Amino acid sequence: MRGKAWKFRDDVNTDEIIPARYLNTSDPKELARHCMEDIDPQFMEKMSPGDIIVAGKNFGCGSSREHAPVAIKAAGVSCVIAESFARIFYRNAVNIGLPIMEAKEGASKIREGDIIRVEPEEGKIINETTGEEYQVAPFPPFMQAIIAQGGLINYVRARVGESR
Amino acid sequence: MGMTIAEKILAAHAGKARVVPGELITAKVDLVLGNDITAPVAIKEFERLGVETVFDRDRIALVPDHFVPNKDIKAAEQARLMREFARKHQITHYFEVGQMGIEHCLLPEQGLVAPGELIIGADSHTCTYGALGAFATGVGSTDMAAAMATGELWFKVPASMKFVFHGEPKPWVGGKDLILHIIGDIGVDGATYMAMEFAGEGIAALSMDGRFTMCNMAIEAGGKAGIIAPDAKTIAYVKERVDREYEIYESDKDAAYALVKEYDLATIEPLVAFPHKPENTRPISQVGHVPIDQAVIGSCTNGRMEDLRIAAKILEGRKVDPRVRLIVIPGTQAIYLEAMEEGLIKTFIEAGGVVSTPTCGPCLGGYMGILAAGERCVSTTNRNFVGRMGHPQSEVYLANPAVAAASAIAGRLASPEEILG
Repeated sequence: MRGKAWKFRDDVNTDEIIPARYLNTSDPKELARHCMEDIDPQFMEKMSPGDIIVAGKNFGCGSSREHAPVAIKAAGVSCVIAESFARIFYRNAVNIGLPIMEAKEGASKIREGDIIRVEPEEGKIINETTGEEYQVAPFPPFMQAIIAQGGLINYVRARVGESR
Repeated sequence: MGMTIAEKILAAHAGKARVVPGELITAKVDLVLGNDITAPVAIKEFERLGVETVFDRDRIALVPDHFVPNKDIKAAEQARLMREFARKHQITHYFEVGQMGIEHCLLPEQGLVAPGELIIGADSHTCTYGALGAFATGVGSTDMAAAMATGELWFKVPASMKFVFHGEPKPWVGGKDLILHIIGDIGVDGATYMAMEFAGEGIAALSMDGRFTMCNMAIEAGGKAGIIAPDAKTIAYVKERVDREYEIYESDKDAAYALVKEYDLATIEPLVAFPHKPENTRPISQVGHVPIDQAVIGSCTNGRMEDLRIAAKILEGRKVDPRVRLIVIPGTQAIYLEAMEEGLIKTFIEAGGVVSTPTCGPCLGGYMGILAAGERCVSTTNRNFVGRMGHPQSEVYLANPAVAAASAIAGRLASPEEILG
C-alpha cells in the first residue's frame, strides 16, 4: 500500500464519510462517488486510487452503516490510518476487508501530501517524504485470521463448511 | 473479583463461568435486528455465505423504518429486497407498513427484548435495549449476515464504566439531559469500546421511557452498550409484553470499573447540544439567542409516550411560531393510537404542528423534514453532525421534548419555564 496522504481531523463521523441521503442504494460504485462528501466535497476529484486517508482520533464514529467503509474501499483508498477508530467502524472495516491501521504517532506526524507506504506484515508505516517510520498497533490474532481470509464472510463460510 | 452485569450476560451467552474485559468470545445471540438501510447489505452478504436457511426465523427482526413508507424508487427497491427475504425465510418478526414503527421503540414494545438477553442489531442505536437489563449492541451488515446464518458472533468483552446519579431532577429534566450531561462530560469518544452502566436513585426515578432514551445515546459517547440493572419498573414493563423465561442480572458489589462518575442532579438543568457534536452541551439558561426554523419531536431517542405527553403539555392551548415548522413523529403505531386517544395529536395539530407516521425520516436527513442551507432545527433526535438532517450548512440542536416544544413556540431556543411562565 503506497499513496498520497489526505489529512482529516478528529471525530470524522459516518454521516460525513457517506451522507444518509445516498443510503437509498448499497451499490459500492455509487456510494464511492460521494465518499467524504460532507467533510471535503472535492475529495473524490482530488484523490487518486491508492491514496491514504490519515485522521485523528475516533475515526468513523456515529452510525453503524457499513456503507462508510464500503464507500472508502470502492473509492480506491488503499488504507485508513488514524490515531483511533470508533468501535463499529473498526469492526466493519475488518469484516469487509478495508485495511485500517491504528497508529497514534504516525497519524499525528504525517502531513497532507506526504507519500506514505504501509507494510502491514511488519506493522510499519514509512513516510517516504520525511523518511520517518511509525509503529502500527497490532490486530488481535483472532482478527488477523479474519483479515487473512479476506473478511468475515469468507471466514464464516470456511467455518460453516467445516461443521458440515 | 466480581463481575458487572455486562460481563455476566456475555459470560452466560458464551457458556462460560466468567469473562474478563478484553477477552474475545464467541456468544450465542437471542435476537438479530436489521432495517431497510442495513438489512439489504446483510442479505447480499448472507447469500454469499452459501447457507440455505437462517439460524432461527423467530430470532430475527426486520423493520423497514428508515426510508419507509418508501421515500423514492431506490428506497422502494431496498424495502422490497428485505420484504422478499422475509417472505422467503418466513421471518416471524417482519413488520410491514401498518405494523412497523421506529425499530428501537418497536422491539421492546412488542416484547422482543427481555432482561439478560444478548441482542445485536445492524443499527448503532441498538444499545437502547440496555434499559431492560439486556446487553444490546450495534454492528454492521456483515456481522448481521453472519449472525443470521449461525446465531452467534464474536465479541470483545468491554470494560465497564459506571455513572451514578444522586438526588432529585430539576423540573423538565429527563433521560435526555442525563445522557447529554455524561456525553458533555466525557466527550464523543469518552466511552469507546466500553459498557456504560447507569445507576443511582436518579436512574431509579426515571420512567422506562426515560431509561430507553439514556441507553439509546450511549453510542454517542462511543459506548458499546448502555445498561441499567432491572428493578420493579423493568419487571412491570416486561410482564405486560414478554411471556418467555428470562434472567435478571446485576453487577456484583466488588465488580471492577474502568471509571466511576458521580453526578448531583441538583446541578443539572435541561441541556442543548450545539452543532456539530453531541458533546457540545450548554444549559438551557446559557444558550443565548438562537432563532430556529424547524422543531422535530420523535425518533428512537424521544418518540415514546412520555415524550409526546411532555411536548403536548407545553403546546396545549398555544401556537407554534409562524416561522417554525413543528414535526411530531410518534415512534410506533401503538404510540400513535394512544396519543390520539389521549388527545395529544389534536393538541399538536391545533398548535400548528404536523404529525407523521412512524419513520426515522428527518433524523438522518432521509426525508420528512430536510433542512436547507443555513437553516436551524431543534430536535429530540440523537446526532447533530454536519449535514445530519440535510444541507451540510444546516444546523441541528439536540434537546429534550420539553425544550423542543418550548422552542417551537418561541421561535428560538427556549426553556419550558419561559413559555409556561
